[in-house]
Amino acid sequence: MIGSGASGGLAARSQGRLKLAVSRGALYPGTLDLLDRLGVDTSEARSDSRSLVFSTPELDLVTMRPSDVPTYVEAGAADLGITGKDVLSEQQDRAVYELLDLHFGACRMVLAGRRGDQRLDEGERRLGAMRIATKYPRTAERYFEDTGRQAEIIEVKGSVELAPLVGLADGIVDLVDTGRTLEENDLEVREEITACTARLVANRVAHKLRASEIDDLAERMREAARP
Amino acid sequence: MTHPIPPGTRDILPDEMRELRALQASLCEVFERFGYGEVATPTIEYDDVLAQGDERGAPVAYRFFDERGKLLAMRSDMTIPIARLVANRFATVEPPFRFFYIGSAYRAVRPQRGQMREFMQAGVELIGSGATGGTPEVIEVLSAALDAAGLTRAVIGLGDADLYPQLLDELGVSGTARRAITDRLASHDLVGLEAEVEALEIGTSERETLLRLANLRGGAEVLGQARELGGDAVERATGRLTTLFEALRERGVADRVSLDLGLLRDLGYYTGAIVEVYDPAVGHVLGGGGRYDELMGRFGRPLAAAGFALYTERVHIAQAEEERLAEEGSR
Repeated sequence: MIGSGASGGLAARSQGRLKLAVSRGALYPGTLDLLDRLGVDTSEARSDSRSLVFSTPELDLVTMRPSDVPTYVEAGAADLGITGKDVLSEQQDRAVYELLDLHFGACRMVLAGRRGDQRLDEGERRLGAMRIATKYPRTAERYFEDTGRQAEIIEVKGSVELAPLVGLADGIVDLVDTGRTLEENDLEVREEITACTARLVANRVAHKLRASEIDDLAERMREAARP
Repeated sequence: MTHPIPPGTRDILPDEMRELRALQASLCEVFERFGYGEVATPTIEYDDVLAQGDERGAPVAYRFFDERGKLLAMRSDMTIPIARLVANRFATVEPPFRFFYIGSAYRAVRPQRGQMREFMQAGVELIGSGATGGTPEVIEVLSAALDAAGLTRAVIGLGDADLYPQLLDELGVSGTARRAITDRLASHDLVGLEAEVEALEIGTSERETLLRLANLRGGAEVLGQARELGGDAVERATGRLTTLFEALRERGVADRVSLDLGLLRDLGYYTGAIVEVYDPAVGHVLGGGGRYDELMGRFGRPLAAAGFALYTERVHIAQAEEERLAEEGSR
């Protein structure tokens, strides 16, 4: 029979603490709470808002904007990352492994239009396409394609709610948490596209070469994140 | 004023070229030492000839027409052109054939570090030799090539391309559900895989098998863990891998091989053993390969075959990163 030569060799190859890319922003408090439950010391990350990298005995935490997480993890600059499913489906061409649904940070990706306003339907009926403003152009494009409709996707970087108010677009595709921002801007949800939660992703090389460390952490996260 | 070049292509200047040539020379030396002879094929082929090899192959980046209106394609890998070459030029010659190549291929990818649309591959094809002798030999050559490149920490991930297809057959999963599962496996979307598997009408232990296998990787102990999950397909795949691992041990290369039952290559022509190459200093895959026992038959010369390709520019990046780490370590 064969022994376990390879795993011993592999363990010797791993180096240093695992690097975890952490999203600043809406997912940040939930991520730190999750890490607390795993016994990772997050006090430094909580008290210092200026630094970008925090070392704990178990993990190095690298903080960044959510949409940068797949970039860092794909390149191997971080071994693991936590970011929203909205970011992952927008960046499907980033080759990262999606390991775990962490269940927190639940949001909905929706199509919204102005309250009581017919322009979305009318745009499609009379002009052949709806004009949609969004920060998620690829998600939006895929959604309209999958539902057999035509849309003119307008990518904006800032407050997307503005676009229908001033006539840049007939509607928006955006991530909605409580829906208050929509309400305040006189917008309403017309269609729900997907539900999004925080996900644990891994670099594909780290997932192979540091298998036991990553599996152990993922398993503990699965327990700690159980809904 | 600057003059643009197409996205995903690049110029190479003397300092880099010198190092790339040195790398290529050391790889050549290894391939020659193992009895492989160098071949070159055209960078352009007829599109329908390439498609005959693999309709689900690497994404072709460039297609165009020649003056007679024939559709041409820039090759997206080297294996299919070499399969064609063997069928054409060695139709009546007794196998096995041992060939190596160093050449450019072209893929429709998003350009980034180490991943250009035009890239260099160095690899071998062993055609006409089955799983027993062929696969261990090819992996030994791969290991020697990594050593020659100075990547002594590099690891070869080893899996079995037939495992999941046979397992899904055994469980009677077909049609869109099967497609959805293999897509999730290929992108290693474990959350999506769990949802797809949950929707199947199969028993709890079968569900468990589908999910657990995707994550089983490490030393020889994973074969035992896999076997505990049970089932005929798993039994056969672990049997194949056990035999192969034993042969690799005899050749002295088992230590750098990590078994990975969730491994899937993105090219459709693989059958049986598949490999991927990793180095701890870089986050991307340095190369890969495996058995392709059915590909030659599509060109009318049914022969068992195996091979691998290294992305030489990525290997070069790994060399530089390893050097940098070693310098930092000694400081």
